[in-house]
Amino acid sequence: MHELAVCQALIDQVEQLALKEHAQQVLSIHLGIGPLSGVEARLLQQAFSIARAGGVAAEAELVIDSLPLQVSCDQCGQTTDALPARLLCGACGNWRTRLVSGDELQLQHVELIRQTADDLAEHETSMQQHERAN
Amino acid sequence: MCDTCGCNVTPGNAHLVQPGGRLSKTADGREAVSVLHGLLDANDHTAAHNREHFNRHGVLAVNLMSSPGAGKTSLLEATIEVLKDELSIAVIEGDLETENDAGRIRAHGVPAIQITTGSACHLDAHMVHDALHQLDLSALDIVFIENVGNLVCPASFDLGQHRNTILLSVPEGDDKPAKYPVMFRAADLVLLSKCDLLPVLDDFKPENARRYLQELASRAPIIELSAKNAAGMDSWLHWLFTELAQLEHRSGELAAVSEPA
Repeated sequence: MHELAVCQALIDQVEQLALKEHAQQVLSIHLGIGPLSGVEARLLQQAFSIARAGGVAAEAELVIDSLPLQVSCDQCGQTTDALPARLLCGACGNWRTRLVSGDELQLQHVELIRQTADDLAEHETSMQQHERAN
Repeated sequence: MCDTCGCNVTPGNAHLVQPGGRLSKTADGREAVSVLHGLLDANDHTAAHNREHFNRHGVLAVNLMSSPGAGKTSLLEATIEVLKDELSIAVIEGDLETENDAGRIRAHGVPAIQITTGSACHLDAHMVHDALHQLDLSALDIVFIENVGNLVCPASFDLGQHRNTILLSVPEGDDKPAKYPVMFRAADLVLLSKCDLLPVLDDFKPENARRYLQELASRAPIIELSAKNAAGMDSWLHWLFTELAQLEHRSGELAAVSEPA
């Protein structure tokens, strides 16, 4: 059960992004996960409900897009669907294939609400005051 | 400066983007920010840093993974016994609890750093980075990282190793690669360990294990060995020396590029 560790890394990334983008709230987090990523979507959802607590993503929804498992054949060049424990070419049956898609563990996009221009102006003023104080 | 992230909003132009302003956003303020990063970017960044450390000192780093009890520590003990006069070796040990494995390695006169992970089921790049600070890499040829015994979680975390070696022991059954495809796909070398037990556990067919690995499109070489009776150890040691030579060759090329004549 390493999904909690993965989830904490995700929350760290989202919080950094929220800071950079001046977000006051994160509404949803969208992931792309392949069947060979080593992460279970259901377990990730459970871990997320624990990991999100207390931060800017505390109310956020986790949306997981399951990506297809596809291999490309070194012999016949075709790209075909495959199964996690059977990555043979679906066209000619050759085992010398390369993964085209299916091992992704990716943060795709984040939906957020930005701080208002008033908040930003206030922030800028307080930063200037802070600089002067130093 | 851009229009999407708000970095260009100043007190001078804020009125333009405020509600009712000429450049204001949608009423509910929802915005999607595209990211496209790996979820484990922070781990991968530290792993790359670890790999640089190893490369700079010409140290080969081998990550050993398997289920618990597949014989990782026994393999290391047997390997150290043969190589200790020829090469300088250190071991980073990952376990949930105890210093037992590090103790076994140290008894062979080789430094061992024990990482106890508590309840964590895998090593990550940060833990290995901390352990590296306790080793003098300039005095070493090979660092073995013995991961936590587990065929699931360790596969997701790059540690900065050069190669992954995965052990599949005879008592486990020959279909483990089909059951744990994520792990076995990560292998650069697969060792079928405890092969001295093949005569008694005759339902384990090495050819089945090979077929299951092939169905994962694995190009990793497979060596049948026994740390107990030393069968197959020569092939394993040969693989290690080949990897060491390749690492030296790559370091030489890098040095030639960075210091043109």
